[in-house]
Amino acid sequence: MNQTLDKTRPAPRPRPRLLKRSLGWYIAFALCVLLAIGLLIPLYWMIIGSLKVQRIAIAYPPQWIPLTPTLENWQNLFGDKPSFRWMFNSFVVASCIGLGAVTTSVMAGYAFSKKVFPGREILFWAFLLTMMVPRQAFMIPMFILMRNLKWFDTYQAMIVPFLAYPFGIFLMRQYMRSIPDELLQAATVDGASELQLFWHVVVPLSRPAIGAVSIFAFMAGWNDYLWQLVVTNSEKMMTLPVGVSKLAASGVGTTDLGLSMAGATFAFIPMFIIFMVFQNYFIKGITVGSLKG
Amino acid sequence: MSGDLLARIWKGRWGYCFVLPALIPFVIFTVYPLLQGIWLSFYKAGVNRAKWTFIGLDNYVRLFTRDNAFQIGVKNTFLFVLVVVPVALVISLFVAVIVYPLRQRSQTFFRIAFYMPVVSAGVILAMVWLIIYSREFGLLNASLEMLGIFKLFGIDKIGWLAQPDTALLSLSLVVISWSLGQPLILFRAGLGAIPEELYEAAKLDGAAGWQQFWRITLPLLQPTVLFVLVTLTIAVFQVFVVVLLMTLGGPANATQTIVFRLYENAFTFFKFGYASAMAVVLLAIISVVAAVQFRLLDRQAH
Repeated sequence: MNQTLDKTRPAPRPRPRLLKRSLGWYIAFALCVLLAIGLLIPLYWMIIGSLKVQRIAIAYPPQWIPLTPTLENWQNLFGDKPSFRWMFNSFVVASCIGLGAVTTSVMAGYAFSKKVFPGREILFWAFLLTMMVPRQAFMIPMFILMRNLKWFDTYQAMIVPFLAYPFGIFLMRQYMRSIPDELLQAATVDGASELQLFWHVVVPLSRPAIGAVSIFAFMAGWNDYLWQLVVTNSEKMMTLPVGVSKLAASGVGTTDLGLSMAGATFAFIPMFIIFMVFQNYFIKGITVGSLKG
Repeated sequence: MSGDLLARIWKGRWGYCFVLPALIPFVIFTVYPLLQGIWLSFYKAGVNRAKWTFIGLDNYVRLFTRDNAFQIGVKNTFLFVLVVVPVALVISLFVAVIVYPLRQRSQTFFRIAFYMPVVSAGVILAMVWLIIYSREFGLLNASLEMLGIFKLFGIDKIGWLAQPDTALLSLSLVVISWSLGQPLILFRAGLGAIPEELYEAAKLDGAAGWQQFWRITLPLLQPTVLFVLVTLTIAVFQVFVVVLLMTLGGPANATQTIVFRLYENAFTFFKFGYASAMAVVLLAIISVVAAVQFRLLDRQAH
């Protein structure tokens, strides 16, 4: 495991040349570049679209660069819609999920990788299997449960169900298996209690995985849509994806396109910043999770 | 013997303590709803709890004998998987192989471009693509016209989402756009784990270019391919947001999917029992397909 983990880090060895730089290679490379640009165009279109008034947004052929950019849509978004409230809600929900899920994941991951107790494997597999179960399969009973708890239109409805995060548990377990047992034993011999051992040895050693799990849980909470749509009714409890989607819900014909694109851009910006800052944690999280333990 | 078990449980008490904070919400919000969902699928259950009645397998019988929209939904869901999964797998592997030997900085460009749609919420991408696909003022039609494609085939502007024969493929394209980032990073990491000596040895044997790819790269990437295949398949089976925001299952049921049928039945018509049966069917399909994929690829690997 140690070895495999090392390989996910950029190794300081000569770069491999998998394919010769022939004409074929250049064509293939050009295809990759085109594809990358193709993936960025929708995002460009979204940002540009937020700067167009309706008349220009529905003009044909469309303007690649808006000749008369306007901030009108942004003024409407911030003036007429509780858009900052939506962003605040999203931050509350995503942060609580991120914080809560990482706490439960670190603890459970530690137990599943370093503790021996009857039922350990069965419990771990139960968590793992539900990762494969589509969310929609338990949405209806959860909806009924929320109704019985009278949790509609509350933060807890959007947070509490996601405090157990199977992917996070799986990832923490995979990562912690690479912590040498001798290290933990040495600390125990030195007289560390169970909690001290956890807090002063295990947690610091797992920092990269903790970062990855927090970010993935945060992203899951931020980009969740279906559940948040189902449990919110009032405009002021909506999260960004739900609120923004309502801007376009009335269909293209009648939608204020500029306003809906401004909303989409507004929802995109925070995740964009987080991704740019924490890129390495994203990569770490994706790769650690896939390695066989 | 039972005393022995008790002793082991006592010895592992800290293990249970550390699992507990995850276990409590897991049982309440995952295990219990899952079991109740299966239970509900045998009931005629609406909003009013007092009127729930046991009807055995009736929900399932109706799904497969009378519910035409659901059957089309099953067919379309499989079509989505059959289109999106292979295409996303091949493209991301292709890009990973081409991009991997590049300098770190150029790799970063590709990583950002391919991963950006993954971090964006599906909702906002669906909203943008809705505009791009518009027949009247869409970017796609404008680009094709600019390139002279329409003139070449002598056709008029296309309503990508309005025509039954293009709607499903158009939605697939959107799903593909956010399904490339994760596999790309995984394949990149997988390529990094292949020892350079293998390529040196292959070179001595006279294997070059694509031969190296088929003989070394692909076989050694097998575990990553399996992982990507299974996770992608599970994700695509749940395709929903694009349908809800872009087509509502239309035109003429051309983009109905299992989850969209489930959503409408549960949260528009409040047929909880009937929708639960759909969830169970989806669960069964995913389990079988994932198990088959595991079997096939694992056998090949050994």
